[in-house]
Amino acid sequence: MAEVETFTHDVLVIGAGGAGLRAAIEAAARGARVGMVTKSLLGKAHTVMAEGGVAAALANVDDRDNWRVHFADTMRGGQYLNNWRMAELHAREAPDRVRELEAWGAVFDRTADGRILQRNFGGHRYPRLAHVGDRTGLEMIRTLQDHAIHRGIDVHMEVTIVTLLTDGRRVTGAFAYDRERGRFKLFEARAVVLATGGVGRAFSVTSNSWEYTGDGLALAYRAGAALQDMEFVQFHPTGMVWPPSVKGLLVTEGVRGEGGVLRNSEGRRFMFDDIPENYRSQTADNPDEGWRYVQGDKSARRPPELLTRDHVARCIMREVRAGRGSPHGGVYLDIAWIKEKIPNAADHIKKKLPSMYHQFKQLADIDITKEAMEIGPTTHYMMGGIRVDGDTQMTTVDGLFAAGECAAGLHGANRLGGNSLSDLLVFGKRAGEHAAAFAAQHQPARIDPAAVEAASGTALAPFGRSGGEQPYQVQHELQGMMQQLVGIVRREDDLRDALDRLGALRERSEAVSVPGNREYNPGWHTALDLPNLLTVSEAIARAALERRESRGGHFRDDYPEKDPAAAGYNILVSRGADGTMQLTRQPVPPVPVELQQIIEEQKS
Amino acid sequence: MTTATFRIWRGEHNAGAFADFDANVVDGMVVLDVVHQIQAEQAGDLACRWNCKAGKCGSCSAEINGKPRLMCMTRLSDLDLARPVTIEPMRAFPHIRDLVTDVSWNYGVKQRITPFTPRAPDAPDGTWRMQQRDVDRVQEFRKCIECFLCQDVCHVLRDHQRHDTFIGPRFLVYAAALEMHPLDTADRIEELREADGIGYCNITKCCTTVCPEGITITDNAIIPLKERVVDRYYDPLAALVRLVRGSPRAE
Ligand SMILES: Cc1cc2nc3c(=O)[nH]c(=O)nc-3n(C[C@H](O)[C@H](O)[C@H](O)COP(=O)(O)OP(=O)(O)OC[C@H]3O[C@@H](n4cnc5c(N)ncnc54)[C@H](O)[C@@H]3O)c2cc1C
Ligand code: SF4
Ligand code: SF4
Ligand code: FES
Repeated sequence: MAEVETFTHDVLVIGAGGAGLRAAIEAAARGARVGMVTKSLLGKAHTVMAEGGVAAALANVDDRDNWRVHFADTMRGGQYLNNWRMAELHAREAPDRVRELEAWGAVFDRTADGRILQRNFGGHRYPRLAHVGDRTGLEMIRTLQDHAIHRGIDVHMEVTIVTLLTDGRRVTGAFAYDRERGRFKLFEARAVVLATGGVGRAFSVTSNSWEYTGDGLALAYRAGAALQDMEFVQFHPTGMVWPPSVKGLLVTEGVRGEGGVLRNSEGRRFMFDDIPENYRSQTADNPDEGWRYVQGDKSARRPPELLTRDHVARCIMREVRAGRGSPHGGVYLDIAWIKEKIPNAADHIKKKLPSMYHQFKQLADIDITKEAMEIGPTTHYMMGGIRVDGDTQMTTVDGLFAAGECAAGLHGANRLGGNSLSDLLVFGKRAGEHAAAFAAQHQPARIDPAAVEAASGTALAPFGRSGGEQPYQVQHELQGMMQQLVGIVRREDDLRDALDRLGALRERSEAVSVPGNREYNPGWHTALDLPNLLTVSEAIARAALERRESRGGHFRDDYPEKDPAAAGYNILVSRGADGTMQLTRQPVPPVPVELQQIIEEQKS
Repeated sequence: MTTATFRIWRGEHNAGAFADFDANVVDGMVVLDVVHQIQAEQAGDLACRWNCKAGKCGSCSAEINGKPRLMCMTRLSDLDLARPVTIEPMRAFPHIRDLVTDVSWNYGVKQRITPFTPRAPDAPDGTWRMQQRDVDRVQEFRKCIECFLCQDVCHVLRDHQRHDTFIGPRFLVYAAALEMHPLDTADRIEELREADGIGYCNITKCCTTVCPEGITITDNAIIPLKERVVDRYYDPLAALVRLVRGSPRAE
C-alpha cells in the first residue's frame, strides 16, 4: 500500500478562502479540533481577488436600507429560484458579519461621520457594499487569515483533496496529496466542510484562477451529494478583452458604481435602450438622473448600467452581434467622462478604483482616467453548486457541509455583486457552527483502507501511462468547447454536441500521461483536476439542456423567454446507481407569507 | 510574432541549472504567459506558483533578469528580448523546485507578532468611528499582497540569513499596520526591538524599490517604528518622563 500520512480532526475544512476561513474560525471557537486544507498558500484563495465590496444592509449611507430590502433585491435578482431561507438569513446576518470583521481588524473606507462607507452596485436598491477601494477581498481574506492563525487551527497549505471518504451515508474523511512532495495525506474527520469555490476554469474566457476546477462540487457529487442550479453560470459583463493575455480578467462593477457608463462603437450609451419591466420603476430614464444617483441624490433612480449582471451582459452581446462592438470584440466602459462633471476627476478615480487604474495602466497601457476601457463578458461565478440545508449548510450526505461559492441556493438564477463576499461570511460561519455541533454529536467513523488504496492508485495512474497526451491539451480543448457550446448563449443542438464531446474528452483524460516525478509537478496536478472539470461541465450542460427557457444567468437562444412553468423548480443533479448523471426537477419550496409580503412591498 | 529565449532555473532543492526555452511571443504578453506556454508545450512539469494573474495574490514572485518581480505584472515589452530573459526563483528562501521556493517561514513569523487588540467600541451598538484620513495611513500597509519580494531583496535576510532574529520588511509593514491602526491598543515596541530585530534594518530602501504595491515600506512604516523604539529606549527625556509618570508607554 502507498505510504500515507494520517491526520485526525473533528472538523476538516476544505478550502481557505473567505468561506473556509470563516468556517474554521467558527468551528474552532466552538471547541472543535479543526484542520484546514488549501490548494494554494494561505491568503491566495480567490477571495483575495474580489474587488468591489461586500453587501450588507448597514444603512450607513442611505437609512432607507434594511434587511428586508436586501432580501427582496436578492430574491428578485435570483428570479425567485433562490432558497428563500438562505436569502433571509443572509440579509439578516450580513451586517453583523461585516461589523465583526471590523472588530477583527479590517479597515473599511469611511463615511464623513466615521462609519463604514457603502457604495452602489448592480441590482442593489441602495448603496450597500462595504468596501476598501477596489481591494475588498484582500482586506477580508487578510483579516480572516490573521484572525485564524491565533485560533489553534491546523493549516495544511498546498494540499489538494482528491477524494472524500464515506461509509455509504456519512462522510468519514478525505484523501489528498501535497504539492511540494507529492505525498499522500489521509484526513480522518467527524465532519467535513467544503469551501472550495467555483468552476470558472471550465471556460476559456474567465476571471477565475487555476484553482477553480469545481473540485468541491465533483467531490460531493461522487460522495453521493446532490448538485443544484448547475445551469446558472454567471458571465460578468465587464472583463478585459485586450491584450489577449489578459482576456477575461475582471473589471470590477465598482467602476459602474462610481459612475462608469457603457458605450458602443457609435458612442451610444446603449443601456437605456432596453430596461426590463420589473426594474423600470427603479431605473433612471435619462443620463442626468443616473449621474445624480451615483452622486448620492436620494430622489434619483439608478442608471441602467447598474441593472443586474445577466441583463447587462446580454445587452453587451446584443451590441457586439449587431456589429456595434469595439475592435477586440467588446464595448467601451468609460469612467474618464466624469471629468465633465467633477473637478479632480483623475485623482478621484485613482482613489476610488486604485487597482483598476493600476491593472489597465500596467497590463493594457491605458490610463482609465483619460480613456475608455474595452470590455466584454467573462465567466465569473457559479450560482449553482452543492445543495445544502438553508439553516445548517449540511449537504444531502451526513456530516458533509458546504459554504461559499461551491454551495448553491442563496443566489438563485443570478447573483447580485457583493452578495458573494457576504455569503462567505454568513454561511461560512453557519457551516462551521453546525459542523462543530455534528462532530460533537458523532463518533469518528471507520475509514475503509481499500478506498484509500483505490484513491492512491487512481491518483498515480497518469505516471504509469506513457505516450498519452499532455493534460493541458485536454483542459484547453474542454475550455474552448464549453465557451463555444455551453457559454453565454446556448442552444439545444450545441448542448447535445457538447455532451458528445465531453464523452470523448473524458476518454482522452483517462489516457493522459505526465512527465517528471511527484514533486511540485503542475502537469500531474492538472491531470488530477481534469475529472472534476469534466464532471462539472457535464452537469452544467445537462442542466442547461433541461431548462428550456431563459432566466438569469442561463440564456437559451432557442427559448429566449421565461417560461412561467419553469419558475417553480430547481434542477438537481446526482449520481445514479449505475454511475450516470440523473436529473430531477425539484419544486422550489413556497415562500412563507411574511416574506412574500416583503417581496411585494419592495416591488414598487 | 517574434521568438525570444527564456532562461529558466530548473532543478530541485538548490541543485539546478538554467535551461533555455525558445518561445513565440505576441503583443501584450507577460512573463507568466510565457511560463504557462512553456509548461503546456515544452515542459509539462515546470513548477511555478500563480493564482490571480492580476497582481493581486502575490503568488507569482520570481527574479526576472535578476530583479524581484511579479511574473504576471511584468510585460515582455518592458524587457530586452534580444537577449535571453532569465527567470529564477526568489533566492532568500529555501528552494523547492524550479521557480517555487519554501516561503513557510513567513507564516510562522506573522503568528509571533502580537495580534490586533481593539479598544472598546465607540458607539452603544458596538461599532467604532474612524475618520478616513486616519485610516488612510494603515490602508497603505494593508494593500500588501504578501508576495514576499521585499523579504527576498532585503540583504539582512538574503545575504546575512538572519531569519531567526529579523522579521523582514513585510512584517515591519504588518507591525506598522497594527501599531498605527486607529483602534488597536496593544504595544509592540519591545518585541519590535527584541524579537523582531528592527535594529538590523539600515534603511537601504531596497524593499521599497521592489514592492509591487508601491508601499513606501521604509519611509512610512519602518522609520516611524524605529522612532517609536528610539523614543522608548534611548531618549533620555522620554525615559525621565516615563519614570515620573510611571507610564509604560512613551507618548
Ligand atoms: C476577480 C473577482 C472579483 C470579485 N469581486 C467580488 C466582489 O466585489 N464582491 C463579491 O461579493 N464577490 C466578488 N467575487 C466573487 C467572490 O470573490 C468569490 O465568489 C468568493 O471569493 C469565493 O469564496 P470561497 O471562500 O467560496 O472560495 P475561494 O476564496 O475561491 O477559496 C477556495 C479555496 O478552496 C481551496 N480548494 C479548492 N479545491 C480544493 C481541493 N480539491 N483541495 C483542497 N483545497 C481546495 C482553494 O485552494 C481555496 O483555498 C469576485 C470574484 C473574482 C474572481
Ligand atoms: S530598508 Fe531595511 S528592511 Fe528594507 S531592504 Fe533595507 S535593510 Fe531590509
Ligand atoms: S510589502 Fe510589498 S513587497 Fe513586501 S510582501 Fe507586501 S506587497 Fe510584497
Ligand atoms: S498571479 Fe497573483 S500576483 Fe501574479
